Amino acid sequence: MRALATAKLEKPERRLSLILLLAPAVVWLGLLIIAPHIQLFALSLQEKIGPRLYETGLRNYVEFFGESIYWMTLIRTTALSILATALTLLIAFPVAYYIAKMLRGRTKSLLFVLALLPFWVSELIRTLGWIIILRETGLISSALLSLGIITEPIELLGNDAAIIIGLVYTSMLFMVVPLVTVLDSLDDRLVEAGYDLGGNGFTVLREIIIPHAMPGIVAGCIVVFMLTLGNILTPALLGGKNSLWFTDQIFQKFIVRFNWEQGSAFGFLLLLTSSLIVWAGLKLTRQSLATTMR
Amino acid sequence: MQKGLLSAVAATALLASTFAASPAAAEGKLRLLTWSGYAPDEVVAKFEEETGIDVEVTFSNNEEMISKLRATRGAGFDLAQPSQDRIEGPQVEFGIYKPIDLSQIDTSLFIPSMLDATQQNTTVEGEVYGVPHVWGTSGLVVDRSVAGDVADYADLCNGSHAGEVSMRLKRPVLIGFAFSMGMDPFAAYGDTDAYGEILDQVAEALTACKDDVKVYWEGGDQLISAISTGEVKAAMAWDTGGWKLNNENPDITFVAPASGALGWVDAFVLPARGENDEAAYKWINFVMQPEIAGMITSAAGNFTASAGGDEFVSDTLKAQFKDSFPPEAIDNIKWYPPVPAGLEDLEGRVLDRIRASN
Repeated sequence: MRALATAKLEKPERRLSLILLLAPAVVWLGLLIIAPHIQLFALSLQEKIGPRLYETGLRNYVEFFGESIYWMTLIRTTALSILATALTLLIAFPVAYYIAKMLRGRTKSLLFVLALLPFWVSELIRTLGWIIILRETGLISSALLSLGIITEPIELLGNDAAIIIGLVYTSMLFMVVPLVTVLDSLDDRLVEAGYDLGGNGFTVLREIIIPHAMPGIVAGCIVVFMLTLGNILTPALLGGKNSLWFTDQIFQKFIVRFNWEQGSAFGFLLLLTSSLIVWAGLKLTRQSLATTMR
Repeated sequence: MQKGLLSAVAATALLASTFAASPAAAEGKLRLLTWSGYAPDEVVAKFEEETGIDVEVTFSNNEEMISKLRATRGAGFDLAQPSQDRIEGPQVEFGIYKPIDLSQIDTSLFIPSMLDATQQNTTVEGEVYGVPHVWGTSGLVVDRSVAGDVADYADLCNGSHAGEVSMRLKRPVLIGFAFSMGMDPFAAYGDTDAYGEILDQVAEALTACKDDVKVYWEGGDQLISAISTGEVKAAMAWDTGGWKLNNENPDITFVAPASGALGWVDAFVLPARGENDEAAYKWINFVMQPEIAGMITSAAGNFTASAGGDEFVSDTLKAQFKDSFPPEAIDNIKWYPPVPAGLEDLEGRVLDRIRASN
């Protein structure tokens, strides 16, 4: 249909319509993503040698590797993000399978909307909800106390587990949606055929369902990983005094220490890390960006 | 179509280039960058009624104010209120303020000693950049029924209240601990090496203390809720927080530490590319009137540099102030001298190290 419509247009007009169609994307990418990044990169190469005095050099990057706090934080952030992504996948897969394959009609849409529902409130409110549940005077602690299971109130905030819970909860939707889409397109007869040919539940899952769902799994993982790695709110609020998230380091550099040069360098290192991990993930699963974004 | 596209591009560019995305100052508009409580609605309404100038208030803190003004090279606001010790350094580094024309200000409204001190502290290359507005202190907020023994910053870390203390991981905690450990960080401001040594000792103490800390608080509301629920028994905090809590629970109040409360003065400055200086001067002269200053004190909980302003302050607050500050404690207040440019890099690294330690 679309091909037919464009074929009717004369050649110069076709080019103009192409330009017009692309313009918003180009403006968006150019002004809001590429231009600021070029400026940030230039900034990251500025070495401060005194008030309003700068030299060009790599000192901001060298300092990152020289101070163990900085690179340890980046490694920690990356590792926890990978863990959170894996947990999100583990929890979201059965949910998505149930929605896509076990349900039909209204119940299916209802459940899908239910998965969406928490995202109607902002991330801040959702995270504050977790604070109310986990804090020392919060729901879980006081419930356990009144049941007599514990005698002293317990603090559940301010540790890595709290951060992971918050991150997984925040990311669920972004895993469920691509998985439901990709599982929807799986022909039920393939699953039946798998069983007919003597497969059990596990082999069917391994040989048929997962290979088919792979593009959705990878797409979901990429989105969740990037959102988690770049998250600043959830680690800061749930991690408390032990929260060390790399984005927070960047924020500190920019806003609290007025050190934009180092902040920019950190930003680029984060971008580089996330690109590397995504590339490695694609290589490991033998997927390409083109197939996952289908 | 093309014209529409062009204007869309221009609009997007404009949006991208303005950090705060606030519209340019129209005639008769004052864009005020200040702390919450310093521009209560009733004061704004009164000012608008009297002068016909619209006031647009943005609440912020020291670091954010400086960052915002740095991002726009001093544009976007007509009047800002960083602390007086944070004016000289950023001005030298980033040039984000413009000199104040003192002839536009009714200096008789100010307490003379405070006006003089702020002028001295905010003079860069012979030009004055700030006049004082609100002052207060940092010290200890203590629940006296259970943590009466906490009398100095270092007492927070004496182990008797492990898991029940809180502080804010910013520069005041470094300074406060240095004083209570018997050092004088202000005297070392000019000597980076000596200051670095002081910071190293403080960092060691604060790292050892980390297990005792319940939470490093970020915002005043967070601290107040942590203390009123009883999760935190003693904290390093602003005086107003303690007095606010005192209204509800007489056991909790602000205590001036034995080694001295840390005194700050939030000032008025003109951002370098502010567009309505006239309105800014009008606002300064307006809020320094004793009666208006009293209204601001009631809202913010802190006293002002307005001569006679304390006459309009509630008796409760006056009593709370007297209770926290016996005369010798007032004399013992350590007023922040201007922070030299570059010192904050040093402090930043130390704070990072404390945050990252386990």
